[in-house]
Amino acid sequence: MVTRVSSWGRLSAEPHQTLALDGTAAAGLPALDGSPSALPHGMGRSYGDVCLNPGGLLWMTRAMDHWLHFDTEGGLLTCQAGALLGDIQRLMAPRGWMLPVTPGTQFVTVGGAIANDVHGKNHHMAGSFGDHVRSLTLWRTDGSTIVCGPEHQADWFRATVGGLGLTGLVTQATLQLRRVAGPWLATETIAFDHLARFHELAADSEAGWEYTVAWIDCLDKRGRGIFMRANHGNATPGAPEAQPRRQRLAMPVTPPLSLVNGASLRPFNTLYYHLHRLRGGKANSHYLPFFYPLDGIANWNRMYGPRGFYQYQCAVPFENGAQAIEAMLARIASSGQGSFLAVLKTFGHRPSPGLLSFARPGITLALDFPNKGEKTLRLFDALDDIVGAAGGRIYPAKDARMPAHLFQSGYPQWAQLLPYRDPGISSAMSRRLMGS
Amino acid sequence: MNTRKRIVVIGATSAIAHQCSRLWAEEGHCDFLLVSRDAGRAEPLAADLRARGADNTASTVAMGFDDADAIAALARDAANGGPIDIVLIAHGSLPRQQDCQDDLSATKDALVTNGLSPALFAEAFIGVMQGADRGHLCLIGSVAGDRGRKSNYVYGAAKGLVERYAQGLQHRLAGTCIKVTLAKPGPTDTPMTAHLKQEGAKLASAEVVAREIVKAIAAGRPVVYAPGKWALIMLVIRGLPRAVFHKLNI
Repeated sequence: MVTRVSSWGRLSAEPHQTLALDGTAAAGLPALDGSPSALPHGMGRSYGDVCLNPGGLLWMTRAMDHWLHFDTEGGLLTCQAGALLGDIQRLMAPRGWMLPVTPGTQFVTVGGAIANDVHGKNHHMAGSFGDHVRSLTLWRTDGSTIVCGPEHQADWFRATVGGLGLTGLVTQATLQLRRVAGPWLATETIAFDHLARFHELAADSEAGWEYTVAWIDCLDKRGRGIFMRANHGNATPGAPEAQPRRQRLAMPVTPPLSLVNGASLRPFNTLYYHLHRLRGGKANSHYLPFFYPLDGIANWNRMYGPRGFYQYQCAVPFENGAQAIEAMLARIASSGQGSFLAVLKTFGHRPSPGLLSFARPGITLALDFPNKGEKTLRLFDALDDIVGAAGGRIYPAKDARMPAHLFQSGYPQWAQLLPYRDPGISSAMSRRLMGS
Repeated sequence: MNTRKRIVVIGATSAIAHQCSRLWAEEGHCDFLLVSRDAGRAEPLAADLRARGADNTASTVAMGFDDADAIAALARDAANGGPIDIVLIAHGSLPRQQDCQDDLSATKDALVTNGLSPALFAEAFIGVMQGADRGHLCLIGSVAGDRGRKSNYVYGAAKGLVERYAQGLQHRLAGTCIKVTLAKPGPTDTPMTAHLKQEGAKLASAEVVAREIVKAIAAGRPVVYAPGKWALIMLVIRGLPRAVFHKLNI
């Protein structure tokens, strides 16, 4: 069936042929059925075109969401690729297990988390999602099935983790969960008034805090912000707090204009900074608001209006990272663009499991930008120059526009992926960045 | 004390049935018996239910759905394992109305699968549940059973039979501890309705429908529309004077 499909950034809504895959069906991919190419598509939570294949076929994996086995002793969960991370967290936390790595939204599939090799706030301790995948099963359009893991068929595993869905359809995976006492985290919130202080806090927190992340005020030239850090806590925290309820707030409609604009941004950022500064200190937090603050508002992406939005997320090496981040923030502040969501964090030194994994030792900066057309794209070009000069890279899961040369310099191993690509699979992004 | 739940699901591969089963499985300590026409498709669902909650078991049985003796034997065997807490009768197939009008055997199949067969399962299981005088039985009917319409009266008539049957059982069991629930989903996004979706229909998700049903079963409610808005819509449809109704193309 043909439907218009958008990714999370809502920058386009092109017609796609879609085919819902059934989790109980026998092995083997259905034929392409006249489409030039196909692409696996989970929750569509990546921001740009990594999950889109306009004019082609999308294999919708959401119904392939069965859990196949849980080993209660060892914490190994085998599930189909359409299983939601949020379901794993919700059902396993009360049983004393959680995902060792989770991205900033729980509404993503296991397959999507593998294909983008997502990271969390604990990269410096736990690495990326792919570091905890013990095995995965790949269906290829030539009818073959490949079972691979870090120790068997390791080349296929390295190509598929962070492989942007291009090596085949991941049908199931075995994940190593981690022990937790319960759903609670012991958190600490610290306001900082300039960027140098962020770097100190990040360095000081590296050994003693599993989760670290900072919000920054992208309009403030000095780079003030809020640093948050946390560790898994006891089963029942000292001060009992209500269990967070299911998602309550929602953007019911798309407003005709972006609600994120010059008039709203400055007061919001000032308010947000001071509220958190005053409320700072130690607390107990349920994992939901700490890991997934934006999941509390359904369809928050509509807030950016009908033209959608971009996210710009880059990672730059430690060596000249501080200067690069400072230069980018100055450029963004003077452009007057940007949004509430601006996140800074340091990655650890652990080598990534995938050929095209995004996480690398250094500092990562992520910001949302309402789509203002040329003006926004010109700002990105300027940011690209800074990232490229610093030897950095851009995160494909968030990207809708990076130039091919920056992809290729940011991911020098990119050409090694090509022999592992499934010739029947292609995405708008792969055509843009790899030529096919 | 025995706090385990014994749950029998007829038509276990139906999307609504599986979503309901998941909600029970997530609580843990459930023993499922999944009855379907195709054990191959039911086995991954059984694995899913075992993995999703602490200490669950799930086994599968494949059988024909119109064999009265087999249905009676299944109910007896299930009851031999101990008192049953929940029976969910969820199987069905949505035929194209035009196919039924063109081919009488398609009409017969639709009436058997959606009407006669659920009634036989209900009768058989209520029979064995009465001995224990406990448990919940839920039949999945449909909003289509509320009033015959030209667009799907074959399916609607079968679901109307299910409704009368549920009503009769509720009357019969009024003084007992057994609760009978009739669930009436509106059009739901399942493989059964894939062609409706293709035609652009707005469908509720099976998760949302299942949540309503599971809540209603726990509360012992006699009738539940899922999602709830269908109670209002069908009140209007049922109440329309014939002269007006016959002018509508629904």
